[in-house]
Amino acid sequence: MSSAKNQAERIKEISGVNPLKCMKCGKCSATCPAFNEMDIKPHQFVSYVLNGDIDALANSKSLWKCLSCFACVERCPRDVQPGRLIDAARQLVIRQKGQTGLAPEEIPELLDEDLPQQLLMSAFRRYRR
Amino acid sequence: MQRIGVFVCHCGSNIAATVDVKKVVEMVAMEPGVVHAEDYQYMCSEAGQAKIAEAVKEKNLTGIVVCSCSPRMHENTFRTAAKRAGINPYMVEIANIREHCSWIHKNVEEATEKAVILARAAIAKVNLNAPLFPGESRVTKRALVIGGGIAGIQTALDIADAGYEVDIVEKTPSIGGRMSQLDKTFPTLDCSACILTPKMVEAAAHEKITIYTYSEVEKVSGFVGDFTVDIRKKARSVDANKCTGCGVCQEKCPSKKAPSEFNRGLNTRSAIYTPFAQAIPNVPVIDRDACIKFKTGKCGVCEKVCQAGAIDYTQQDEIVTQKYGAIVVATGFDTIKLDNYDEYAYNQSKDVITSLELERIMNAAGPTKGHLERLSDGKHPHEIVFVQCVGSRCSDNRGKSYCSKICCMYTAKHAMLIRDKYPDVNVTVFYIDVRTPGKNFDEFYRRAVEEYGVNYVKGQVGKVIPQPNGKLLVQGSDLLDNKQIFKEADMVVLATAIEPEASVRQIATMLTASIDTNNFLTEAHPKLRPVESPTAGVFLSGVCQGPKDIPETVAQAGAAAVKAIGLLAKDKLTTNPCTAKADELMCNGCSTCANVCPYGAISYEEKEVNDHGIRETRRIAVVNNALCQGCGACTVTCPSGAMDLQGFSNRQIIAEVDAICR
Repeated sequence: MSSAKNQAERIKEISGVNPLKCMKCGKCSATCPAFNEMDIKPHQFVSYVLNGDIDALANSKSLWKCLSCFACVERCPRDVQPGRLIDAARQLVIRQKGQTGLAPEEIPELLDEDLPQQLLMSAFRRYRR
Repeated sequence: MQRIGVFVCHCGSNIAATVDVKKVVEMVAMEPGVVHAEDYQYMCSEAGQAKIAEAVKEKNLTGIVVCSCSPRMHENTFRTAAKRAGINPYMVEIANIREHCSWIHKNVEEATEKAVILARAAIAKVNLNAPLFPGESRVTKRALVIGGGIAGIQTALDIADAGYEVDIVEKTPSIGGRMSQLDKTFPTLDCSACILTPKMVEAAAHEKITIYTYSEVEKVSGFVGDFTVDIRKKARSVDANKCTGCGVCQEKCPSKKAPSEFNRGLNTRSAIYTPFAQAIPNVPVIDRDACIKFKTGKCGVCEKVCQAGAIDYTQQDEIVTQKYGAIVVATGFDTIKLDNYDEYAYNQSKDVITSLELERIMNAAGPTKGHLERLSDGKHPHEIVFVQCVGSRCSDNRGKSYCSKICCMYTAKHAMLIRDKYPDVNVTVFYIDVRTPGKNFDEFYRRAVEEYGVNYVKGQVGKVIPQPNGKLLVQGSDLLDNKQIFKEADMVVLATAIEPEASVRQIATMLTASIDTNNFLTEAHPKLRPVESPTAGVFLSGVCQGPKDIPETVAQAGAAAVKAIGLLAKDKLTTNPCTAKADELMCNGCSTCANVCPYGAISYEEKEVNDHGIRETRRIAVVNNALCQGCGACTVTCPSGAMDLQGFSNRQIIAEVDAICR
């Protein structure tokens, strides 16, 4: 993965989200059940992608604390869908790490007893229908 | 053959930056009929128009083609210039090389080619143009105002004061509209009723104003200066001439369970009712769906108690047909339904209310007699949360894409009034942006913060969760502190988006007035003709055109009145000569054109014709030039090709197509 700008473009591409639509109302952060666990808050995800600050995003705690409950996606009045951005950033990191994604045998080891499995949940939501 | 002059406009750089205007001049000079071609920086300017006049004189022109902006912009300018120069205005054609060409293309070569083609088409048309002469139509010196809110009342008063007759049609039993439901008005905090009711009385007492309440516009025909309108006066079941407005019938009526429309359904009213105490006219109506007499045949209490004998169960709807020269639409607004916003728990808790409902609660004549209390248990609240932009500025299909404009100010008003009257109540306002442009508006909002201690939080509310203890847990963002806030509130007030009154759609259809995707009526020009509809003779007043507050509404109402007066002051209007005409020898009297004509302009006459020496009587289509709007529907429908539109004849259009395809 090259420049931060490219990475931001990738995130937009994967998520299908246009962060420019955001009017900074903060309804996503208002609605987020994992808000207190996050270092970068849901509404900030939008500006981080806009500003191309992808490294900070990739190394944030929030990336793995997001429950992928998609409450922010449901309630966003501007259809910006921050949850999809987070989801895309997560995929970007995963793809970068393994280049081809996770090997099935790695999954049990990575399972976290305390948190819903974001990637699985995200995948289900993303590819439902 | 015509002697045509072609004038190519640069429009500054608007056209000249994309179209090679010199090349256009050079190319069109070779077209048939063209005897003169030149370009100029601003053809619409006085100097540009002088160039046209000069060429007409020198080259003896009979036709003019101006390659410039859209005819919607300057066709009239150039027609007038032609008339001054001694040419019939209908010998002028515009080739739109700005909107249709330079503004939408980037490649100079291609744009120039297209400009030449558009000019060629216009030249081909002018070669077949014939002088046309506009007719005249009369003006009925009477205006109709649809809607009896502050917008309609103000427009009607202004027109009536100028000496013209005005009718107000209002669908509810009283005039007054939304403003009559408000408690106080910003930014001066004077009582809404105190400034509105005198205007209502003035309108009712004005000798030039006739008010039709509990009435709806049912049918509109005709055109500018000469509209014919059917007004349905719904049966009141009360004789307005006999009723003294004593109110005993409402008091004694045993059916008291109908939700009060005026109080937004927060309490109930009797089946025979006036919406509020200061209603005009002060004559009740019987809501036949709620009335026991109408439902079961038994009761008749109101008839028994009415000293004046005004109750009339047999009354029928009545249709009043009236002629008008101008029509003003002032249909107003309503708040949106909140069914799509479950997160705010509006449908789950009685203590989550809209701002308009709060107006009624704060009002001394409202359901709580002006006491601020929770609707669930009647208790005094200590913590109130206001949520801004509920359903406004949404691009997610749940709400409205626009800003409702009035919410920031009325929320500041509510917050201040509550803090003033009940200093023990904490008020928190969740906002996205505070928008307070307007005279003394921002000062007003700052007073709420600085003098009244209203707590403004930058951030939206995510959800409202009704608690088992009856409180409402409000979960919101504080974006400036980067925190999530949980607040236990006693009441939540939603600044609900406003939308045009639903009935405006039907009215717009009847008036053939255009409407946008949000059901706001479209103005003729967003900047330069903001109170006129593109439909001639139809004017716009108040929120039906776009969100606005009371001062703006009153200003616009006056502007609409002036436009209507300007029309009514004329004795005659010139009519568009581009109307349809039937060729008597070709018409076979089939009626197809009459069936498609949207304006009822075509009738049939038995006429004697001379067809190649044979005299016979035939049934022939005749167009009423006053009614015909030149839409051309008949010309494309006519199976024998007898119908033609003057100024846009079939031959002219084919010539244009040929010129383009050449």
